[in-house]
Amino acid sequence: MSRRLELVCPAGTPASLRAAVDAGGDVVYLGFRDETNARNFPGLNFSRKELEEGLDYAHAAGAHVYVAINTFPEAGNLAPWHRAVDDAARLGADALILADIGLASYAAEHHPDTRRHLSVQASASNPRAISFYREAFGISRVVLPRVLTVPEIKRLHDEIDVETEVFVFGGLCVMAEGRCALSSYATGGSPNINGVCSPASHIRYVEHGDQMLSMLGKFAINAFSPGEKAGYPTLCKGRFVAGGRTSYLFEEPTSLNAAELLPDLIDAGVTALKIEGRQRGRAYVAQVVSELRRAVDAAARGDVSEADLSALAEGQARTTGAYRKTWR
Amino acid sequence: MSKEDAARLAFGPVLFNWAPERWRDFYFHIADEAPVDTVYLGEVVCAKRAPFIAPHLPTVIERLQAAGKEVVLSTLALIMDRRDAALVQDVIDAADGLLVEANDISAVALLAGRPHVIGPFVNVYNEGTLQYLQANGAERVCLPVELPGRSIGHLAAGDAEIEVFAFGRLPLAISARCYHARHHGLSKDGCQFVCDRDADGLDLETLDGQSFLALNGVQTLSHSCANLIGELDTMRGQGIRRFRLSPHSGDMAAVARAFRSVLDGDADPVDANEVIQAQVGAMPMSNGYFFGEEGYRLRGLLANAAE
Repeated sequence: MSRRLELVCPAGTPASLRAAVDAGGDVVYLGFRDETNARNFPGLNFSRKELEEGLDYAHAAGAHVYVAINTFPEAGNLAPWHRAVDDAARLGADALILADIGLASYAAEHHPDTRRHLSVQASASNPRAISFYREAFGISRVVLPRVLTVPEIKRLHDEIDVETEVFVFGGLCVMAEGRCALSSYATGGSPNINGVCSPASHIRYVEHGDQMLSMLGKFAINAFSPGEKAGYPTLCKGRFVAGGRTSYLFEEPTSLNAAELLPDLIDAGVTALKIEGRQRGRAYVAQVVSELRRAVDAAARGDVSEADLSALAEGQARTTGAYRKTWR
Repeated sequence: MSKEDAARLAFGPVLFNWAPERWRDFYFHIADEAPVDTVYLGEVVCAKRAPFIAPHLPTVIERLQAAGKEVVLSTLALIMDRRDAALVQDVIDAADGLLVEANDISAVALLAGRPHVIGPFVNVYNEGTLQYLQANGAERVCLPVELPGRSIGHLAAGDAEIEVFAFGRLPLAISARCYHARHHGLSKDGCQFVCDRDADGLDLETLDGQSFLALNGVQTLSHSCANLIGELDTMRGQGIRRFRLSPHSGDMAAVARAFRSVLDGDADPVDANEVIQAQVGAMPMSNGYFFGEEGYRLRGLLANAAE
């Protein structure tokens, strides 16, 4: 008997939240409009009031809202993160998504009745690490780092007493999440500290011979010929030169689509599927959520039906990423 | 200054895949020549490399201890499968009284309730996490490399023993994917251990020819060599007593002597840095993280001296 996987959908704005709920998302995840969450982009995220309204909207439709407070609080300045946890709990968030040990400890102590999930940013990639967070802070679910194969995820379930949530679609970190300082090395903007990666504020395009270079800070990330579509220069999806050879050494400008693996993920014991993309617009969210809703429901019936998400990958290649061992 | 306050120097674990004999001889040289107090030993980057150094480990530990060095056993930074987990368990089981450094939360869990060290691959960004880990048994914490000096100062103000990564290419990222293998058209499983060809990592340049990063198997490092020799005085003022030097192919005993001479007040940082620069060849120096800026930047005394 197949199971119906929970679909966890991104929202960077109240409009996206409503779109995700209307399109059949089981859960919407979001963050506050500050450095306490890992998508701290200009013009994105929620005020306390917007969270309150979003919770009402989602709950009225039978959907849930998870609040990501998943950067690492700054030494000597814990208050903004503590306030974020307090406010999310007070307003009735269905779960907090946390990465920092100190913050998880704070949440467990002050809000024991609010569900706590472990963010992918905690990089808990093995049973012992996951069980540590379970025993220490009562974590009920772990969002798995994008480093594990499906068989590894299946084995993991034999050894942990925690639900798992895995990324199914969207941007793809090729480095272990929460353990990557590439962006801060090039731009000063850190995923862990500031909730940003390869921030737009540091991107510019400069002519270089007959090509256009996309620069992140002072470093060229890629080059394009006139008329060629320039993708967003995320550091780890850039083209670099090693040993005289030019290549997309870390990863091609590709995005994750694991829709074809839904039966395997069900079999592996996964509870929930996460869609990346809180920085995306409402139309994108609506389309991805409804396609994946269909795919998840089909998989629950035992139908093998690949979701048609090809139009959404912006002409980029798709990959199943680390879920297949050959990726390594 | 009391003995308690004396600054301590440490060598972090060799991050690169050096030939086993070279690895052993490096530590023999350190035992004989380098004025460091602590030496961290063990494979941190890739479990596949661990069997190569294992046969030399007992001899190296013995030589370092005979030379009066504290030996700490370091463990893997990224643990994904049973082989990785077994390696960490083996190190802890065989520690025989030596301190063990945890570089993943799974090792933190295994070491609970006994004295241990937290390595720079565990995310300790604030006092809440630091206090939790101290209560769990951590008696020393080497902070993540991207922390600004301001945060380092806050963390050093407590009662934890804080160690700062003060020299060497910055370990910036780790992945399930092996980039050394990928560069050579191989998979991680069939990697042929090609990471052993680059003693300080494989240089990665941008399309317009700027040096940027360095590959070391599943790890990505900075191309620049972090160097906080110009900030030692500031950090001593913040209460930091421990400084970590990350091994490279140059004469690391000379690098250690340069740091020691500045810590002892016997040399000026700018002068001592000339010795260091001679050991790292073309690698530019960086200390931007300490100043809360991009990691690659060079600020402070060394930058002023270069102008």
